[in-house]
Amino acid sequence: MASKEKEKKTIKTIKIDVDKCNGCRACEVICSSFHASPKYSSNNPARSRIRIIREPLRDIYVPVYAGEYTMAECAGRDKYTIDGKQYDECSFCRASCPSREEFKEPDSGLPLKCDMCEGEDEPLCVKWCLVDALTLEEREEEVEEQEEIEDLEIGLESLADKYGMQTIMDTLARMSTDDKSK
Amino acid sequence: MRYAETGFNLEVDLTRGNIEKKATDPRETELYLGGLGTNAKILWDRVGPEVTPFSPENLLIFSAGLLCGTPATGCNRTIVSTISPQTELMAFSMMGGFWAPELKYAGYDKVVLRGKSEKLVYLWIHNDTVEIRDASHLAGKGAVETAEQIRQELDQPKAQVAAIGLAGENRVYYASVEQGRSSASRGGIGAVMGDKRVKAIAVRGTKDINLAKPEEFLSLCNEVLAYIKHREDNPIKGVMPILAGLGSPQEMKVHDEKWHTENFMWGNSRTRRKGFWNDDIEKQWTDTLEGARTRLISCFNCPMKCGATISMPGLPTYMMKCFTKLTYTMAAYSDLDFGLRIAQKATEYGLDGFSAPQVMAFALELLEDGILSKDDFPGLPEGNEDRFYYLLDMIVKREGIGDVLAKGTYWAAQEIGNGAEAYAHNTIKKHEQLPLKLSMLNPIYFLMYSIGEKINITQIEGQFPQAPFPKKEHREKFCEDWVQVPHEKFKQYFIDWELRGENSIPYYPTVDMTCDIVEWQEMMHYIDDALGQCAGLSSFPLKPPYHIHNYPKFISSGAGIEMDQEKLTQAAKRYRTLVRAVNIRRGMRRKDEKPPENHWKKRFPELEEKLLDAYYKLKGWNEEGIPTKEALEKMDLGYVADDFIQRGILTDEETADAQKETQTQ
Repeated sequence: MASKEKEKKTIKTIKIDVDKCNGCRACEVICSSFHASPKYSSNNPARSRIRIIREPLRDIYVPVYAGEYTMAECAGRDKYTIDGKQYDECSFCRASCPSREEFKEPDSGLPLKCDMCEGEDEPLCVKWCLVDALTLEEREEEVEEQEEIEDLEIGLESLADKYGMQTIMDTLARMSTDDKSK
Repeated sequence: MRYAETGFNLEVDLTRGNIEKKATDPRETELYLGGLGTNAKILWDRVGPEVTPFSPENLLIFSAGLLCGTPATGCNRTIVSTISPQTELMAFSMMGGFWAPELKYAGYDKVVLRGKSEKLVYLWIHNDTVEIRDASHLAGKGAVETAEQIRQELDQPKAQVAAIGLAGENRVYYASVEQGRSSASRGGIGAVMGDKRVKAIAVRGTKDINLAKPEEFLSLCNEVLAYIKHREDNPIKGVMPILAGLGSPQEMKVHDEKWHTENFMWGNSRTRRKGFWNDDIEKQWTDTLEGARTRLISCFNCPMKCGATISMPGLPTYMMKCFTKLTYTMAAYSDLDFGLRIAQKATEYGLDGFSAPQVMAFALELLEDGILSKDDFPGLPEGNEDRFYYLLDMIVKREGIGDVLAKGTYWAAQEIGNGAEAYAHNTIKKHEQLPLKLSMLNPIYFLMYSIGEKINITQIEGQFPQAPFPKKEHREKFCEDWVQVPHEKFKQYFIDWELRGENSIPYYPTVDMTCDIVEWQEMMHYIDDALGQCAGLSSFPLKPPYHIHNYPKFISSGAGIEMDQEKLTQAAKRYRTLVRAVNIRRGMRRKDEKPPENHWKKRFPELEEKLLDAYYKLKGWNEEGIPTKEALEKMDLGYVADDFIQRGILTDEETADAQKETQTQ
């Protein structure tokens, strides 16, 4: 099998410097504002795709971005001690998960995910972070070309997630049999 | 749909335990904007002059500003209004932090407390669920401690809590409401909260705040952010460092305290210590602050870092901002280590950092001069610093002489008598002021001190440089990018202002110029207080990002209210006059409008009278400082005129001159 072509891709990374965070939550405000529909028409930090874990008296300031949705919560919850401060493992987790309210629409409970503010020059949380706790780094990386996943496959995958692969296959088999008999 | 505001207030009757969500009239927003403006309207409508501060009929209003909770940078202030036990006038202390936006996200613009609870309670506001909860287990707990405990017991780490400490519970007249790194300290509103038996208000909200013209509003926000960056990179030259940048004075950041320690007064606002600051002290105090400060921190949606987390070895962590850093230190002739330690205790007790240290220094001065005796202070320690801790406890627990001192220097002096009045020398309208004593009368400051109803100089000054730059070319240079002026004439006022000679204080700026400058400065603070904007990005510093030219656009695109400079000026004038009307109805008159006698060595009684006369006239107030019928009607405040006439405060036909005659008979 022939090896796939390598291609250059720009990787965008938001660098988070927790030591510089002043805990103001401007990132939460502008994120929820940008993602409102129509754009900027409302804001509500509870809808934000970035959250500051903020405990001033313990000097804990951790900006966390919303990542993938996960169906199940973790089996164990670990504790981290960094610089004498104790953090819950969830403090660093990006997932929208059943164990907590983070990164879900407050009304519908639908999961939220950071999209780096598609269409903007830079993510707006970075633009609004004047204290530079959030900065954007762009770098080029060579990656193997991947075949584009098609809509159909995405759809099937989520159906499989929900019903299990076997059920999907059984259903497909039955449908195709039904089709022939017509 | 309502924009920027939610359109609902929470009305809480503590006596009956009743809670109501009440829709507000959008027309009121148009007339009085919100925050302070609509608070003043509620107090005018519902709290008559016969209502004493500690009566159940007194209201305690926690209000978000009109633009709090929108993306407008630095717009996070809670305006707390009530009748003050200390001044017996309207208090409208404010706090930054995170509370006001959270209230908006919960779906309310204001919380209006009335009546009195039988037991100590706290209020828990969680979107549409609002509860009055038992707080007996929190009695006597510190304000910071209380906030932490409430968050824990509700299992709501994101709830914002405004709480009182023991000082508020015991109705100390200068008790504060504490909220994270912020506090509403002036006017004794913590005492009113304690009197109503409310330990805290916790709030958590997850709803949207809407904007009328989103794209336009956001582009204004982006301009403000860009301007903040520009000002950070280009500090103003020729002024002292704390005035060169934006934000509240950066007391948590700076180590060089030469200016404060050598120009402000020590003890009971008595002694100036020229030559105090030296290398040894600078090193010692720098070490203290560096060792204590874990991080510089901000309020909601603001890049300025005006506060800090302070951890003194062996003491619980607390948060501090601004000048409380030095008030205890200087009152006690001590050092920064002492100041930061005792402030931790005072913050938990919930006390105003301006008044409390002065009251303690005042008490010790009375002892020293034999007006109070050792018998008044049973168990008084020998050491000076220990005495301050002793007094702090006596005051907050209201034990012995502390019970009297808890009323502040003015009322304590009245009760103590025996010549004690002369020691309560640093008050305006019965409220302790910054410990500042100067030489030559400054006409601008004279007027601001006299007519200010927020009764704190930092809450009326700003915008216009405090002193001229020595060289004209520097003054001209300053004016080049001074876009904030409401009118070009202010630039000329400044360019012609000299340090010496004909165009210097006290006769320059002239009476009329002084009135213009003061009116501008005062107006900007009043606008901030209605919108919920922190003065640190607006009315307080030189060349701020918010000003009279972009504010109308913020209001129209944010709240959807048609607004221009003229209309905004009128609105600010309207509720500024309403604040005065509340106070006039409570008996405030010209005789109350004066700075401390010894604030300046060189006084000019004739000029001072002229300044007051001219300012009153400009504002449409008669010679007693009472808004005239004509002026009131022009401002859509005919109902105030009617009330004044009914009460005999104004007579039906009178003009400003006629009023003067009746007053002097």
